[in-house]
Amino acid sequence: MTASCNSSTVYSAKDFKSEVKPVWCPGCGDYAVLSSITKAFADLGLKPHETSVVSGIGCSSRIPAYTNTYGFHSIHGRALAVGQGLKLARPDLTVLVAGGDGDGFSIGGNHFLHACRRNVDLTYIVMDNRVYGMTKGQPSPTTESDWDASAMAPPGGTGMTPFHPLAIALAAGANFVARGFSGDPNGTAQIIAEAIKYPGFSFVAIMSPCITFREEQREWKEMVRPAVVEATTDSAQAARRLMTDDGFNIGVLYRGNRQSYGKEAKVTSTAAALEAEFAL
Amino acid sequence: MTTSSGSGSVSIALCGSGGAGVMTAANMFVDAAAEAGFYALFGRSSGPQIRGGEAAALLRLAAKPITSVDDTFDIMLAVDWLGVQRFAAELPLSKSTLIICDPAAGEVPEVYVKTGARIVHLPMKDLAKAIPGGRPNMIALGAVAALVGFPVQPLTEVLGKSLKKKRADAYEASVAAVKKGAEFAASLGDTKKLPAPSPNPGKRLAIAGNAATGLGAIRGGVKFCAAYPITPATEVLEYLSSALPKVGGVFVQAEDELASVNMCIGGSYGGAPSITATAGPGLALMIEGLGLSVASETPVVVVDVQRVGPSTGIATKCEQSDLNIAVYGLHGDAPHLVVAPNSIGDCLFTTQWGVHLAEVLQSPCIVLSDQALGQSRAIIDAPPELNLPGGRLTATTPAEGETFKRYANTESGVSPMPIPGVEGCQYTADGLEHTETGTPSSQSSDHNMQLDKRQRKLTNYDYADHWATIEGEGDIAVITWGSCTGAAREAIDRARADGVKARLISLRLVYPTRPQHMGDALKGVKKILVVEQSHLGQFTRYLRGEYDLPVKPEQLSRPGPLPMRPGEIHARLLSMGK
Repeated sequence: MTASCNSSTVYSAKDFKSEVKPVWCPGCGDYAVLSSITKAFADLGLKPHETSVVSGIGCSSRIPAYTNTYGFHSIHGRALAVGQGLKLARPDLTVLVAGGDGDGFSIGGNHFLHACRRNVDLTYIVMDNRVYGMTKGQPSPTTESDWDASAMAPPGGTGMTPFHPLAIALAAGANFVARGFSGDPNGTAQIIAEAIKYPGFSFVAIMSPCITFREEQREWKEMVRPAVVEATTDSAQAARRLMTDDGFNIGVLYRGNRQSYGKEAKVTSTAAALEAEFAL
Repeated sequence: MTTSSGSGSVSIALCGSGGAGVMTAANMFVDAAAEAGFYALFGRSSGPQIRGGEAAALLRLAAKPITSVDDTFDIMLAVDWLGVQRFAAELPLSKSTLIICDPAAGEVPEVYVKTGARIVHLPMKDLAKAIPGGRPNMIALGAVAALVGFPVQPLTEVLGKSLKKKRADAYEASVAAVKKGAEFAASLGDTKKLPAPSPNPGKRLAIAGNAATGLGAIRGGVKFCAAYPITPATEVLEYLSSALPKVGGVFVQAEDELASVNMCIGGSYGGAPSITATAGPGLALMIEGLGLSVASETPVVVVDVQRVGPSTGIATKCEQSDLNIAVYGLHGDAPHLVVAPNSIGDCLFTTQWGVHLAEVLQSPCIVLSDQALGQSRAIIDAPPELNLPGGRLTATTPAEGETFKRYANTESGVSPMPIPGVEGCQYTADGLEHTETGTPSSQSSDHNMQLDKRQRKLTNYDYADHWATIEGEGDIAVITWGSCTGAAREAIDRARADGVKARLISLRLVYPTRPQHMGDALKGVKKILVVEQSHLGQFTRYLRGEYDLPVKPEQLSRPGPLPMRPGEIHARLLSMGK
């Protein structure tokens, strides 16, 4: 992190990467997502010092330190709270919140719902591998109900219905909903760039395989396909598509037209004037 | 002979069922008394209902500033008796109390009769009925004011301000009712009178502690607040939600306390001094976030308006029982700031100071207010304008080839904290232990360095004489904090009149501790009395654990919901002074 570059500098994807070596396992999908994010930043002509990446806890949540932006690696489940606070205090910054399925949909589930509703102008990326990797492979909210290859899962799986992130985001009011796949880094970079540009709360679920605890996810690359339909602005239509979706259609699903949360504060008073309101 | 309670002041309780209008009458009395140059303290008590239901307005008026409730009430007026027994424990009466009630309201409840108080009848309903549009609460207002020697004129002026323009008929009826009540008062006998008001009171404010806290935040430069409603802190948020946007700040209602504190940490990371306010249960939820604030050195202020705990406890009543969680609740070795206002006016300064300290020291700061301070309204001398110079140590773009170190191991322990947007200073704030540049590290050397740094910046800082309020001299020291301070001060004053000298030490900086300063403040002391509102004696334990006290302290501690009153402290001081 050395000084250089004046304001007219054009930054490449490499400029958005730090020198910190990721803790991820070889072959982890998150490497490609990191590249997609930095490519999207560069493609949009953003500046590292005016960009912020915020996360919680988990394998994928280590991502801020691997970027050369203003990062915040916060606590488990609270990335969206930190990210929204930052964006509301600093609307001039580009804020990208990133993390995993456990962080975002289990411990952080309530914040996810309300972030969709609140519709602050930021982008939320979830690298979904349907497992808790950092703690050695427990079922997550998006894990298939019959998956039981885990020391903590009961035989036959949890029996719990997997969480449907896109449907929930749509129902809760997210303004932009898309699905990406780490094995398609260029396509994912394009989706992320569009999500960042799009006003309001943009949610991008990225299938990012955990080859250590979910080796079968190596097959995802054979299963995904670009969605055959264009994105819709009709939430009812988007919902119908999600109800018949097998989870492997890639692309932008929904673009809404809700007003972003918050408005520019206009200074109309001072501390002294406010105090005078209490004076006798 | 001992000094009588409450000399120079009058304490009045106005009670009635929902819709009886006792709060309206009490507010008008306070406003009129303020205009006339008096000081006032106005608390309220109500049943479990949020709105409506029985309520008691608890007033104390004097010609000099008031920081405590009195031992007993001089007047208790009941518009009716519906549910009013509920307040018996909160309404200490004596033989010199005058109970005023409406004969139409039925028998005076036994719990009040047995106090031996003098009971007189004021037919509020009948007198009001004789005036078209007249209401019993205005009859009550007129009678009580006249009884304590307060003139009718300022009351009618206040009525004029609130009613004249909008509802001329209501104004006429209210004025007539107040006058009728005042006339009737002559037949109710004599009672304690208000002293003459201060002829030239200085600049005064009419304010409640929670609003003062909000104002203190604004004074401290707060620009961001995310919060979740909770009794008894909600008024801080109500104030900030309207005031913050006026000074260019942002207020957001979060989905829970976890979001509140973490949104504040995000806002603060972005450069906006940030605050949230809550009560004990909310503080418990925020504690993990405060650990992040410590580790990432991101300033944040959390106001805890303490109420009776644990759990939901008694949400509308005061207790000083969140001391332990505030001081010791964080996981890991996590030095941080805990400050406590000790009067309604001090809510303003201490919150401002708390924001200042959090910013300067890049630390979480818990402001431990309490329900008695927060939800009481008072007429007070305006706290002096205090300029607290300095703020967050920021950073500028480093020279070519130089590496920016966000967590540089500086002598003061405070490291440069860039505001996002500054080129070349990008770093990742982290709850993970880290190196000086912020890169995650599990090395013992890095952990030790950062632990030392985070502790050093707090212990080596010069908190000046703000660390405590210290008053008077004597062999006895009363050590207290928060809303108990007012009662302790009044008790010390009374004891002095009885020839027992005691000094007051009220801690404003609870954490980190100031051993040197405390040692100086206790020089020559032979006895110590600790006064606090906690069943466990949390403050006493804290003092004995953290400070090397010269003598084993005596302890006057009991839980809420009843407020600490000067009389019980006074009695203890007299026995200690023997």
